[in-house]
Amino acid sequence: MIEIDWFLGLSAIMFTIGIIGVLIRRNAIVVFMCVELMLNAVNLSLVSFSSYHGNIDGQILVFFALAVAAAEAVIGLAIIIAIYRNNLTVDVSKINLLRW
Amino acid sequence: MIVYLFFLLAVLAIASALAMIINKNVVNSALFLVINMVSLAGIYLLLNAQFLAIIQILVYAGAIMVLFLFVIMLLNVQDEEKLFDKFRVKYFVAFLLGVAVTGQIFYSIAGVADMLPAISEKMSYIGTVEAVGDVLYTKYLLPLEMTAILLTAAVVGALMVAQHKIKKA
Repeated sequence: MIEIDWFLGLSAIMFTIGIIGVLIRRNAIVVFMCVELMLNAVNLSLVSFSSYHGNIDGQILVFFALAVAAAEAVIGLAIIIAIYRNNLTVDVSKINLLRW
Repeated sequence: MIVYLFFLLAVLAIASALAMIINKNVVNSALFLVINMVSLAGIYLLLNAQFLAIIQILVYAGAIMVLFLFVIMLLNVQDEEKLFDKFRVKYFVAFLLGVAVTGQIFYSIAGVADMLPAISEKMSYIGTVEAVGDVLYTKYLLPLEMTAILLTAAVVGALMVAQHKIKKA
């Protein structure tokens, strides 16, 4: 049987890939997908802790995190569409509407 | 057998995540993210979380990624031409930060290694639809209803944000 450390290690690696993606990519949609990747990594560690403890609460938390992620994706993509309509770009280095 | 399956799925997940962040084409990135979600659903199955595996494929790989692809097609985004053509300080700092975060997480995992027992026969029934639904509609009924309100608010908010002309009140 696999130890829980392997699942946590996979979760850590995926979270790191998400962080690097957010930092190096300039396309707002890809940045957003990297945020989803980080959410998934955290969900994986929650599910593995839940399974190894024999406690259902972690999986319920993942269920609610999924619902919140769906709401967040809808709002974020709507914001990206609104920005694209004004600036004709989704490049985050060219979006300086709120820059002081 | 389960060990080989886990390593296959883990390698698939990491490879597709890496391919997602280094791909220039946005549509390809989204499709690699779908592969990542599906392999994560397989890992959930290995962890005896059957309900969440199905929900992962239905909600993430189905609904959310279709929404992403829809927006990508709608905006007609061009490829990023200059992704790795020259050395940038930004990439170096991002890589260093990533290594620092991974090292920190692995250090804390190594500190608590081998403290949990393996999954026993009794525990393998906690992730079924019956068990999850039983807890979800009794102990967590109020958060479930609040989720419904949150999703409704998200739909209305998205309509307001993305609508073409904002009417003056």
